[in-house]
Amino acid sequence: MSNIIDLSLAELVSNIKNKKISSFETTTAFVDRSKKSKKLNSYNEDTFEIALEKAKQFDSNPDFNKKLPGIPMAVKDLFCTKNIKTTASSKILNNFIPTYESTVTDNLWNDGAILLGKLNCDEFAMGSSNETSYFGNVISPIDKDLVPGGSSGGSASALAAKLTPATIGTDTGGSIRQPASFTGTVGLKPTYGSCSRYGIVAFASSLDQAGPMTKNVEDAALLLEVMSSFDNKDSTSVDFKRPFYSKDLSKNIKGKKIGIPKEYRVDGMSQEIEKLWDDGKKYLKDCGAEIIDVSLPHTKFALPTYYIVAPAEASSNLARYDGVKYGFRTDGDNLIDMYEKTRSAGFGDEVKRRIMIGTYVLSSGYYDAYYLKAQKVRRLIKNDFNNVFQKVDAILTPSTPSSAFKIGDKSNDPVSMYLNDIFTVPVNLAGLPGISIPAGLDKKGYPLGLQIIGKSFDEQNILNIAYSMEDKINFKFNVKEWWMND
Amino acid sequence: MSIDLKTVKHISKLSRISLDEEKAKKLETDLNSIFKWIEQLNELKTDNIEPLSSIVETKLRLRKDEIKSKNLREEILKNSPEENQDFFVVPKVVE
Repeated sequence: MSNIIDLSLAELVSNIKNKKISSFETTTAFVDRSKKSKKLNSYNEDTFEIALEKAKQFDSNPDFNKKLPGIPMAVKDLFCTKNIKTTASSKILNNFIPTYESTVTDNLWNDGAILLGKLNCDEFAMGSSNETSYFGNVISPIDKDLVPGGSSGGSASALAAKLTPATIGTDTGGSIRQPASFTGTVGLKPTYGSCSRYGIVAFASSLDQAGPMTKNVEDAALLLEVMSSFDNKDSTSVDFKRPFYSKDLSKNIKGKKIGIPKEYRVDGMSQEIEKLWDDGKKYLKDCGAEIIDVSLPHTKFALPTYYIVAPAEASSNLARYDGVKYGFRTDGDNLIDMYEKTRSAGFGDEVKRRIMIGTYVLSSGYYDAYYLKAQKVRRLIKNDFNNVFQKVDAILTPSTPSSAFKIGDKSNDPVSMYLNDIFTVPVNLAGLPGISIPAGLDKKGYPLGLQIIGKSFDEQNILNIAYSMEDKINFKFNVKEWWMND
Repeated sequence: MSIDLKTVKHISKLSRISLDEEKAKKLETDLNSIFKWIEQLNELKTDNIEPLSSIVETKLRLRKDEIKSKNLREEILKNSPEENQDFFVVPKVVE
């Protein structure tokens, strides 16, 4: 048998079920490796000792009917975990210990998984490079100067470095798919309403969705199956019959119609990305799918729309951090002074910038010109997708306009950082599911991803397409273990 | 439309985030470059378009108005920066 850390989630599950390995052996392997990987800065908080104890408990009374029997897993530090510090990588929540559990993580533990720790991310998930975290930027295991992407950067780094067999992130504008693409892993953003938002630190409530980040497509199907549930505690949770994504996974996509949106061929797109996309089309044809050119005419307006809608919702959501009920406080001369000083010292620059944008677009005199306008354009973007999905079953695009960039490269220019999410943001605005799978390497040897976008609640279909393509792509990528110390 | 320093300070007041002069100037530059980029939305005519506020366009569910959790006082106060006799403590607001 291969090393434990090299096994996929599905392989680990089957090995544990067949009693070839124990939960304790598995947990020990990931704990040991995580302890030697501090350089990556992927963990905000570890729960290694508790995890090892829980693994022992599992082994002494194992329940092999669980979908994740005794599987250790680290999660993004945006999910509230009962009695375990949850910070959203912000100073303002630096001392916050939730007294409740998020529904998504609750689903993981109920199905047998064991928490390894909380993973670093951009502050309040605002960022595309994990450089906005109060706890410092995360390093990509691919190269010491490289960002892992963001905002689920700690999740992507820990997964690619094999510190956790799989993980979960959240995606408001690409925060699962972009880091997955940057690190050669699989990331799925489910349809809005599939996974409960209860207990996830809120960023932009009409866009936020949790989803799996895994080594391969089969693992993503399995993890989504566990994560997704109808939840009364989230008023936008949708009650639909959830399929057994992993059981129904199939490589038969014969006759599926796949749209290629011409507007995603953006100015200045590199030849490498063009070729990657062409290869993707070829693989799909080889699987018996039909390629159809389509048009999503409002694509170029998606990012500016997002940068009104998301900050507006964020400014409202983050109003709760006032130094009174929980979190960090700076004393002031009076109540207002205390609020202003607390928020000034507690939030980082990017978060402040977005709160300011959001406050401005919602303020008297500007609401119609910005916020209402953006909501109208959001309708046009959604209509584009509705029209295209009359003709096709799914859409194929690149995941990102380039491979991972270097730390510091874009941190001084907010707009150039925002442009990184050009292919992922429209999917959130329309509430659709999207999956990024590793599809090739650029000339620097860094991974590139392809994105498959599906109809609402048609995750099974995009998983099947991704599963079929994965086979043809046969992506092989092994990171050199430069960061490990004894 | 450009955002001047006075507007930046006004937004910072509305946002309840205090800013020093240097930060305010930096934000003036950042916000202007961001809003200049956002202005491209004005190319689109949207007069008769219904705004989209939520992607789940079904009616919100109704539920019975009944108490489901109880005795959470301790949990609610657990993370407060300052409390006294089961109250959150804030700076004095009445003379």
